[in-house]
Amino acid sequence: MIRVLRPGLLTTVQDIGRHGMQHLGIVPCGAMDPVALQIANGLVGNNAHAGTLEITVLGPELVFEAEALVAFSGAEMEVLVGGRPAPQNRPFIVEKGAKLHARRVLMGSRAYLAVAGGIAVPEVLGSRSTYLPAKFGGLEGRALRAGDLLPLAEDAAALAARRYLKLSRREEKHGVRTVGWSVPSLTLPEREPIVIHAMEGRHHAMFDAASQRAFFDATWKVSPDSNRMGFRLSGPVLARVEAAEILSEPTCLGTVQVPANGTPIALMADHQTTGGYPKIAEIAAADVPRLAQLTPGGSVQFARCTLEQARELRAVLAQRIRATLRGLAWTYGT
Amino acid sequence: MRNVVDDQASRRRKLLRCDGHVANISPAAAAETTLKKLLKTLQLAPLGDAAVYAEFGTTLDLELNRSLQALATAVRARELPWMRDVVPALCGIALHIDPFHPELPDPVLDACRTLLEEGFQAAGKYEDSGRMVEVPVCYEPAFALDLDEVVAATKLSPQNIAKLHAGSKHSVLMVGFSPGQPYIGGSDPKLFLPRRATPRTRMPAGAVAIAVGQTCVYPFETPGGWSVIGRTPLTVFDAKRDPASLFAPGDRVRFEPISLDDYERMKPA
Repeated sequence: MIRVLRPGLLTTVQDIGRHGMQHLGIVPCGAMDPVALQIANGLVGNNAHAGTLEITVLGPELVFEAEALVAFSGAEMEVLVGGRPAPQNRPFIVEKGAKLHARRVLMGSRAYLAVAGGIAVPEVLGSRSTYLPAKFGGLEGRALRAGDLLPLAEDAAALAARRYLKLSRREEKHGVRTVGWSVPSLTLPEREPIVIHAMEGRHHAMFDAASQRAFFDATWKVSPDSNRMGFRLSGPVLARVEAAEILSEPTCLGTVQVPANGTPIALMADHQTTGGYPKIAEIAAADVPRLAQLTPGGSVQFARCTLEQARELRAVLAQRIRATLRGLAWTYGT
Repeated sequence: MRNVVDDQASRRRKLLRCDGHVANISPAAAAETTLKKLLKTLQLAPLGDAAVYAEFGTTLDLELNRSLQALATAVRARELPWMRDVVPALCGIALHIDPFHPELPDPVLDACRTLLEEGFQAAGKYEDSGRMVEVPVCYEPAFALDLDEVVAATKLSPQNIAKLHAGSKHSVLMVGFSPGQPYIGGSDPKLFLPRRATPRTRMPAGAVAIAVGQTCVYPFETPGGWSVIGRTPLTVFDAKRDPASLFAPGDRVRFEPISLDDYERMKPA
């Protein structure tokens, strides 16, 4: 069990998502940055489907009631374990009864805390991901609260001991049992404005010429009223040539739609499955996890790309993920 | 009707058991013609690099929608490992792929075209999936929150609004927006209304509302811009129920008028 002393700003259980049910209006949901989720899980010897904690900007204070092997990946955070600095992108042991305090993010916005054996909340519709808008999945369909108890795998302590022994270059650092190596972060935002690749959307031509140009020329800021459903982008107001109504149609992760007020919204993990707003752009799948790491106030520019370029970006990212996970899988013999 | 209602749970289980399975195979000749017509008008457009949208038109056509439901079911039944979601919509089908799947074909747009063309061959047997969802609706003014506006706009009496709505042959054109939220077509044209100028900030769960020739049954308390003409005591979506969603795309729907007493008796505890 993990006992929650303080929940942090928005901490939810997330896994790789709930796929195959969009025809019933059920969105995949899952980690906003699935690349970091996979790496965090890989670092403790879990498969990609294990439940993790997605920590947003301000982290939780947790007490581990059993020894556990854990890892943080994604946003860089200041983390203390038993009062000592805990490493990033490396597996480490949390002693029984120790307090893990994730303070605030230093870079990026979403960190993933994986525990060997996974956060063992029951699956709902095939996934442990929390879907906040309809209140299901994860821990009772909501974000963590003070006093919550999070179930771990029954053999979490035994798994921790067994898996830790398999790791190469084990060492103690500031009194924390960890390793002398780390894996790279693949999705952390570089210097802002970050550059995100996007293709013209289905309704791009419905916008006036100035708006078509502005979308790819402007520097956009992620506005404070952004959430897991979508990032509102503040910048120039985008206008259509004529305000014809569009029949509601399917939307995707990374669709950039523009409601009547002219402020574009980039659809993120908890987006609605269909919508009737015109789509000015579609973000390249490889770049969505990097966008997810921007904090409110963070800035972004969109670089026009083709379907072929988007495919190449995916191939490069997939190769880097594979290289990272392959090394970890080899370590754990999985 | 009382008996029908009493036996609701077991009947609902029976009715909703299958999703994408065929109960009655009746490939009407007319339906095949529509499918052939669809194939000719097939337009594929990428929705970014993780989805493809096959559009068959830009205006709502119930017959066309019926056929594309069959096509979507046929494509979903292939269970391809790189295909995550097959989502039928009002006038088209979105195919959501796993962009990082090792078996993803290249170029994926061509593979989707082939998949849809092959889907047409198999779609005939998925016409008329045989599912019928019966939805009890209390049309009493207590629940018909926008009755005055609907009466004014349609020049129909409250009784006739309920009668026309319940008497129409409805089917689910698309499920989307929220989990389990159906867009149901087939209402009598006399009930055609535009969306409300000012959306309601709170649409109660179970609200039955009409706009643009369609009916929506709201699964959750959300904002909504349609005119409410009644309420169902059924739970439209429950993630822990099997099946979670009362409605699936392609279902036929029959709205059955019930009294306030029926409603009170049937509503979840």
